[in-house]
Amino acid sequence: MSAAFFPVATLATSLLAAAIIFLLPEGAFRARTGLNLAAAVLKIGLVAWMVRGLSQGHSYAVEFPVLEGLAFVLRADALGIMFAGLSSLLWLFTTVYAIGYLEDSPNRRRFFGFFSLCVASTLGISLAGNLFTFLIFYELLTLSTYPLVAHRGNPKALAAATLYLRFTLTAGLVLMLGMVALHALAGDIRFGQREVLAEFGAEQRGTLIAIFWVLIAGLGVKAALVPLHGWLPRAMVAPAPVSALLHAVAVVKAGAFGIVRLVYDVYGAELSQALGLLTGLAIVASVTILYASLRALAQVELKRRLAFSTVSQVSYIVLGIGLFGPLGTIAALSHLLHQGMMKITLFFCAGNYAEELGIHRIDELDGAGRRMPLTSLAFSVGALGMIGLPPLVGFLSKWYLGTGAVQAGMPWVIAVLVASSLLNAAYFLPILYRLWFCPGPDHGVGEWPAERHLGRFETSSWLLVPALATALFSVLAGLFAGLPYSPLEWATRVANLEYLP
Amino acid sequence: MSAAMTPLLWLALVAPLPLGLLALWKPPYRMRDVVIAAGGLPLVTLWLLSRAGEGALQGSLALGGLSLHWRLDALAALLLLLTQLVLLASAAYAVGHRRAALSGDASHARFWPLLGGLAVALGVIWVAADLLLLYAGLELMGLCAVGMMLLPGKAEAIRAGLRYLLYALVGSLAWLLGVALLLGAWGTLELSALAAVAEPDITTRIGMALLAGGLLLKAAIFPLHGWLAPVHASAWTPVSAVHGALVVKASFFILIILWRLLLPEAVAAAWALGLLGAAAVLWGGLKAWRADSLKQVVAWSTVGQLGYLMLAFPLLAGAAAPVAAMAWQSTWLQLAGHALAKAAMFMAAGNLMFSTGASRLADLAGTSRRLPLSLMTFGIAAVTLMGLPPSAGFTAKWLLLQASLASGQWLWAAVLVLGTLLTAAYVFRMLRCSFVEEAPRHEFQPLPRGMDLTPLLLALAAIGLGLVAEWPLSLLRQGGVP
Repeated sequence: MSAAFFPVATLATSLLAAAIIFLLPEGAFRARTGLNLAAAVLKIGLVAWMVRGLSQGHSYAVEFPVLEGLAFVLRADALGIMFAGLSSLLWLFTTVYAIGYLEDSPNRRRFFGFFSLCVASTLGISLAGNLFTFLIFYELLTLSTYPLVAHRGNPKALAAATLYLRFTLTAGLVLMLGMVALHALAGDIRFGQREVLAEFGAEQRGTLIAIFWVLIAGLGVKAALVPLHGWLPRAMVAPAPVSALLHAVAVVKAGAFGIVRLVYDVYGAELSQALGLLTGLAIVASVTILYASLRALAQVELKRRLAFSTVSQVSYIVLGIGLFGPLGTIAALSHLLHQGMMKITLFFCAGNYAEELGIHRIDELDGAGRRMPLTSLAFSVGALGMIGLPPLVGFLSKWYLGTGAVQAGMPWVIAVLVASSLLNAAYFLPILYRLWFCPGPDHGVGEWPAERHLGRFETSSWLLVPALATALFSVLAGLFAGLPYSPLEWATRVANLEYLP
Repeated sequence: MSAAMTPLLWLALVAPLPLGLLALWKPPYRMRDVVIAAGGLPLVTLWLLSRAGEGALQGSLALGGLSLHWRLDALAALLLLLTQLVLLASAAYAVGHRRAALSGDASHARFWPLLGGLAVALGVIWVAADLLLLYAGLELMGLCAVGMMLLPGKAEAIRAGLRYLLYALVGSLAWLLGVALLLGAWGTLELSALAAVAEPDITTRIGMALLAGGLLLKAAIFPLHGWLAPVHASAWTPVSAVHGALVVKASFFILIILWRLLLPEAVAAAWALGLLGAAAVLWGGLKAWRADSLKQVVAWSTVGQLGYLMLAFPLLAGAAAPVAAMAWQSTWLQLAGHALAKAAMFMAAGNLMFSTGASRLADLAGTSRRLPLSLMTFGIAAVTLMGLPPSAGFTAKWLLLQASLASGQWLWAAVLVLGTLLTAAYVFRMLRCSFVEEAPRHEFQPLPRGMDLTPLLLALAAIGLGLVAEWPLSLLRQGGVP
């Protein structure tokens, strides 16, 4: 009974929360806030329970047939629960942040309703047990993020939302085509049944390769692989919590997570390597990393620079997948978590600067470290982590990527890593320099674009606490990477499952 | 087979007519009354369905020298259930619609017997097993539908309604000619006997072509769809809902049943029908995309969505058994999902238009704040039309894609993809208008709660059907592909 209960209950927490929020009147601020937070905390509890259960050898799964030979499967495995843990943890912080961010703004019911639907979809993606179930939640994610991107309702937001839809809906269709083709070829493959495709003979190799790239094209839009990344920088017009969500937890991660599932749980690393798919992935990822870093360098708006940085950082995950061997896998999976924590911190901070001081452009940040020290500290932690400074988590990802490249026999990847770290430094260090060392309005030079005093501290605590908490998490995850249940340790556990029979 | 089944079936089939007459005499004022009066009928059908494993129920009615054959198999019973649910929903909606929109309008009472007649006609069509009974059902359905379209009594409604009548009569004429040819050549009107004796010779082909022409006209299949959008423009919302959801589908149902019986191997003709469907998908989608008024968007979307159903013909004709099974299941799932979603969408669109007092897309600005429930319903219904998961439209599309890939008929997969993108384009064009925050209007009329609730339930049913599709489809598989 409990095997079926936990995945369903975890999903239901967010779905029910969404339904109730839609039914609550717009003015019911307290009830909505309470419900949001209670649901987020409850979900963390349920996920934590499953994490504990999984490591004790319990299994959690539920399924029912939807068509002949095709089932809806929810199943918590080590990989899925890792992503579920990330999303439910970061969700709590994003919810807190969003409550503070949207204070007194219109349409909060709609926002939080779709926000909860979005959580539910992300959770469904992480617990999906086959491609069909994955697709259901993947498309639900597209639909539930549209109103969030369009939230402000001005022409710019609507145009960005339309562009977002064009990309994601088309990609969804491409993904569906690939899945149907794979289904027609091999039937309903549960995640983890790597032997199904491995048994196909040489005459099916061409078909398998073609289907793989079709599926990657479908997943690559959400994962923002170059040249399919165009929607992401434009979607920056959305409110800051939505950007945080798009970049760190939900949308791009759903794409990257889909690629992880496809390679490790459907094709299997060995078949992917044998078909030459991994090298292709590594090349696509390297191009994305370098191109997006160069583009980031040229941006003058803070959020746009962060957006291009996301494009490049998410591809580290894909790069790690492309490196055959346990070290590459560890790099990919741990970066999935690490990037989420660092990037969400950066977006929270960018939102804080915009809310408190009206800062949107990088050259307006001069001296902001004095006016908002804690936010700037959190930003610095995130930025230095992205560059890969030890002992922050970003360093671990890059270390494993480098060693993984050696293990996979692809030393050229190290050159990509070095170049991208230099580029990361080149677009993040000037921001830190401006924050801490340039004289700004608080030193008597110029004035802030639109200063407000939102709270007792440097800004509203609803906005400040989430940023600090996620920054703290990314420090702790780096410092205590060796302890059980740290992201790195869990990633290692999953990688061992993949490579050891 | 239990002896109670036949009388119960006829009770479920015929009961709507006396109920409609009762309502003419004493119109219901509360939705609850409608649900209490007619809510038992779907339960009867559900009970009949639970006995479907025992094989089809059949028999004949003797009318003087004529005997009319009927047959209730799983497909007919499922369609009957669908019909009852959609008609019940639109009847409930009509009560609220009358209270909110047309208080004191005497012509409203005439809606009820027409709805009852329509229910009987549709039921007869689902169970009919000979051409004469089908004709009776088809004519009764057409007349009731025209009557309902004329109800608003405005000049444009009457013009559009009469045009519809004209088309329907032309369609019937073609049908009668076809029937006469078949009767003359093979000497029987009973479907199973006809299937046994009829050879696919030139007479059968011409007869079937005439039948098909008449039915395509009545089903508003491209390029014979011209009458559809104008009649919806002026019709009452519950009437549009019933018409878009069920009436056009009935003609399609007859067409595919006859086609499978008489010309199952006619690949070229089936491809022609499939191409018509493809053109309908694209043209209907384009017109819906360019339409300015909300109701026109929904009406043109029906033209496009009917096209998906036509893709079944080439996938069934001369196909391997697994492909045919997938195409067959997909067609009925698509039909059911579309019926539920389209009824919901017409009602939601009607609510939006009624509350804002405007019918143009541009006038929807601010509705996402003021009418979130109606808009949400529209959105949920649209999920099914777009074929996004987890709706019935999605599951049907998955099956259809699988069938087209498995049979190597890639063209239909391309049509599905383009159709989906077009659907998304017109749906999101509408939703986008509703998100506009600049200059939101502030006078919105409140609606009775039931008018919001009814379409929401229908839309959710269309979504839920995608997840529990295995239940109806397994019943359908027992019957096999004809």
